[in-house]
Amino acid sequence: MAKAPSDGSGPLLDIRNLRIEAKIYPPGEAPRTITLVHDVSLSLQKGKVLGLIGESGAGKSTIGLSSMAYGRGGVKITGGEIILNGRDIRKGGTQGIRALRGREVCYVAQSAAAAFNPAHRLMDQVVEASILHGVATRAEAEKRAVALFKKLSLPDPENIGQRFPHQVSGGQLQRVMTAMALCSEPDLIVFDEPTTALDVTTQIDVLAAIKEAIRDTGVAALYISHDLAVVAQVSDEIMVLRHGKLVEWGGTRQIIKEPRQEYTSALVSVHEIEHVEKKPGATPFLSVRNITAAYGGGKIKVLENVSVDILPGQTLAVVGESGSGKSTLARAITGLLPPEQGSITFAGRTLSNRLADRSRDDLRELQMIYQMADVAMNPRQTVGTIIGRPLEFYFGMGGTERDKRIAELLDKIEMGRAFADRYPAELSGGQKQRVCIARALAAKPRLIICDEVTSALDPLVANGILKLLLELQAEEGVAYLFITHDLATVKSIADSIAVMYRGEVVRYGPKSEVLKPPFDAYTDLLLSSVPEMEIGWLEKAIKGRRMESAGN
Amino acid sequence: MLDLKRIPIAAWIGLILTTLFLIAAIFAPLIAPYGLGEIVGDVWAPMSSKFLLGTDNLGRDLLSRMIYGARTTIFIAVLATALSFSLGAILGFTAAVVGGWFDTSMSRFVDLLMAIPTLIFALVVLSVLPSTRVTLILVMGILDATRVYRLSRAVAVDINVMDFVEAAKLRGEGKGWIIFREILPNALSPLVSELGLRFIYAVLFLSALSFLGLGVQPPDADWGGMVKENKDGIVFGIPAALIPAAAIAALAISVNLVADWVLNRTTDLKGGRGNG
Amino acid sequence: MANPILKLIAQRIALGLLLLLAVSVLIFAGTQILPGDVAQSILGQSATPQALANLRQELGLNDPAYIRYFRWLGGVLTGDLGTALSSRQDIAHAIGGRLWNTLFLAFWAAIVSIPLAIILGLLAVRYRNGWIDKTISGLALASTSLPEFFVGYLLVYFFAVKWQIFPGISTVYDGMPFLERMKAIALPATALTLVVLAHMMRMTRAAILNVMQSAYIETAELKGLSPFEIIRKHAFPNAIAPIINVVMLNLAFLIVGVVVIEVIFVYPGMGQYLVDHVAKRDVPVVQAVGLIFAAVYIGLNIIADIAAIIANPRLRHPK
Repeated sequence: MAKAPSDGSGPLLDIRNLRIEAKIYPPGEAPRTITLVHDVSLSLQKGKVLGLIGESGAGKSTIGLSSMAYGRGGVKITGGEIILNGRDIRKGGTQGIRALRGREVCYVAQSAAAAFNPAHRLMDQVVEASILHGVATRAEAEKRAVALFKKLSLPDPENIGQRFPHQVSGGQLQRVMTAMALCSEPDLIVFDEPTTALDVTTQIDVLAAIKEAIRDTGVAALYISHDLAVVAQVSDEIMVLRHGKLVEWGGTRQIIKEPRQEYTSALVSVHEIEHVEKKPGATPFLSVRNITAAYGGGKIKVLENVSVDILPGQTLAVVGESGSGKSTLARAITGLLPPEQGSITFAGRTLSNRLADRSRDDLRELQMIYQMADVAMNPRQTVGTIIGRPLEFYFGMGGTERDKRIAELLDKIEMGRAFADRYPAELSGGQKQRVCIARALAAKPRLIICDEVTSALDPLVANGILKLLLELQAEEGVAYLFITHDLATVKSIADSIAVMYRGEVVRYGPKSEVLKPPFDAYTDLLLSSVPEMEIGWLEKAIKGRRMESAGN
Repeated sequence: MLDLKRIPIAAWIGLILTTLFLIAAIFAPLIAPYGLGEIVGDVWAPMSSKFLLGTDNLGRDLLSRMIYGARTTIFIAVLATALSFSLGAILGFTAAVVGGWFDTSMSRFVDLLMAIPTLIFALVVLSVLPSTRVTLILVMGILDATRVYRLSRAVAVDINVMDFVEAAKLRGEGKGWIIFREILPNALSPLVSELGLRFIYAVLFLSALSFLGLGVQPPDADWGGMVKENKDGIVFGIPAALIPAAAIAALAISVNLVADWVLNRTTDLKGGRGNG
Repeated sequence: MANPILKLIAQRIALGLLLLLAVSVLIFAGTQILPGDVAQSILGQSATPQALANLRQELGLNDPAYIRYFRWLGGVLTGDLGTALSSRQDIAHAIGGRLWNTLFLAFWAAIVSIPLAIILGLLAVRYRNGWIDKTISGLALASTSLPEFFVGYLLVYFFAVKWQIFPGISTVYDGMPFLERMKAIALPATALTLVVLAHMMRMTRAAILNVMQSAYIETAELKGLSPFEIIRKHAFPNAIAPIINVVMLNLAFLIVGVVVIEVIFVYPGMGQYLVDHVAKRDVPVVQAVGLIFAAVYIGLNIIADIAAIIANPRLRHPK
């Protein structure tokens, strides 16, 4: 491996005026070229970590992969220099590029579960690059891999390599992938959203393991994420990107404490919505009493003895990780999954367990908004039809009366009435979710169930949706059952909170009480796992933990 | 809505040829220079200005028989496709939306029918039934409905679990609205393309049966049967049998080109405008 | 370790046998659906009452259908396929040599078409969206539209009549020298190959493309592996099951395609035997041959499923 003259002065990676383009093929139109990255420059010293942050479409992954001269699909690097260890890798030809991949630069993908070959044992895949590039013999590489497994606190480090990818949990696979990247002792690792797909309590473990491994091996890293609080934990410097252009680049402390650009400050303060908790007092209009539900004909219990109340015009947030049963609770309340035991009372009357047995008025007063607005709207219907249907269906409205109401609703969600003729495919992600909100509002409901409605959106867009929901609550007096895995969102919107864990409610009460110590073990774990925009938070959080996360 | 300039050349060729075949089939008596069974010349006369495609094994004008044959072939294939399609699509959609025992028993029965190669099963049935047009249409339609059933059920099941259908169910909509307003518009483009493929299959299947002597019976003429009538000429170097065979291929290819274009125009659920 | 796999395979085979049993019912029922009298339909309107009565007696038509079915099934299970109505010959005996002829023809068509389809499929993936790929998908589109007899007679017209390289009628007999037999089946085997090739190629292409677009292929690329190594080490182990599946499905097509091809080339195999006896309304022969075709078809599908089970690492190495 011909390395650069190691005079120690030049940066490890120096990207100058990088330009990346892609050819896209819109259906029914002529193919055209779009620019994904506009003349971005960056440099990285040996052993340092640079965080790349931005929303979807910011070009952060594309820039990260360019350090390996790699473009996904039709993506092509069309301009600029990528200088790694003192040479422009674009001039190295196919052989040169192949020699640096897996040797000088390694890659950790967002979904390790997909990135491992299902047909081979983990060990064979971990040591593959080291053997290929002649860094180590098989025996040496395996020894090193086991040491790395230990360092990354994987269980049973001696034998875990003998397993197949599907036999290992998601959080562990992500750590094995980090070990795979470290095994050939590269100079640089590209981490591409390595913790995004994980539950929040698992994320913190993986994050801590990655940080420690970076520190101990002295490898440099590009750490890509959409979550500024996560990036702040591992990076020395942070680069903020938007639409393929550089917004701001500075030390981690400067970016999160003294952002200079407006966009950066918006990202920093994204979770700070002031929300004053409403007083309880009024009697609940929806009471869930001792609900037990199961899938597969009673075989797989997903809800155990759950009881919660919802007060008029207030928000109950249901928080939990994947598999906690929070979405199942919504399905039980709506009647999609009739509970096996327990009852639901709504406005003083008992709701039928089965959807088919409920009256049209019961259905009207209980509306739902989904996580994926894309698939929650019929792609063949216009916005006008989508919002108008509940008006026709529940109130028998037609003609101009309906159109007038549609226009009012569009105004309420801060979209113009011209949108009535658009199709969902012609809207942005945030606009789609707004139309879904309008469709729910059209029914004049008393309760809207919001199932992870902001999870699929970029932070700033999600923020806008939350603000809209709060405004609408103030105007219409509608109550929300707000299901989420994200505690930051909960703080912004909830009046009371139910924490769910493995199908049971482990903590329940008004927001101020639920978020006030002393905590039970799980709530403590959950609260302490939410990344905060604070340098050194990760170390503090790990030290203060009392309970192991489920991913271990 | 449809921009004519955006139709690719291949689809144009398909559309034009398909239209020509249809015109020939519909106006056969007006276009054909001679009658269907009329003996007008020598056996296997070569192509000439009098007989554009030559004559057949009995001295009948091949072009006229081709035109009448188009009528028989397309007529039976269209009816068989219509039968297979309405039967398969209705049962498939119903199975997907209703679910439960209806879905299970229908699906198992279709699995069973599909465990026997279609041609073999058709031969088994035709060994006892008379080869009339009605039998042919029924046998082809019912056997082919299994394929349509599988496809429409699969498409409908995919759409049925999507959130917008769930939203409609939560609103309290009835089965009719869900099938016709939510699912059908989104299932249309794969189904239309499948319609083309099923028609091609019906044409090829009917031709194969007639070629084997088990389809359309003389004195009626269809293209497969004409291949059979003229096949003995091949060994003498007379290509009369190749002409109806080529016509079958041309019809199938042109419908295929159209179906391919329809499918490519909308392969996903993203589009809204201009691709109904 | 291997237990769950063996269990799954045993289940699949049992299911296949059950399906075959159900198919035998269906085939038997398929020959009973005529609302009128089978004997009448076989002999035609002009048959004498005596002849009708004789035939009824012979077919056992005086017994209820289920008894006739079990009698037939019992015979099949003990190797007795019955007697042909038209020739009074033992069906099992008549089928023996023909089955071998058909398998011989299908075997050579498969030997040529399977490797060819896989290689062309790989080429199409390697040069995706290039002219090779476009030509291949164009040919595939065309070939799904061509009737078998068009391909067959085109071959006869040129290779047998115009250029006289191969015989246009494939006569084979017992004790025929191997090379002559090969020469006799050259044209039908080529026609069969052409009939299944494009389809198999297109499906192989799709199967490999599906694997090549997986994230683990990107991982391998980012380790610096060469394209050849990526295909050998990472794509191939995952593509093998879908490819076997494609091959088996196409062998099933091939078995059906044999029927028409044999008639074109007057080749003494099962297909021609079946068609002849459908025309003669010889129900016992049709039932027996139909069942054999269905059994081969189901068997190939079982092999495809078993290959998929064996190749799946999740099943081979359960949690």
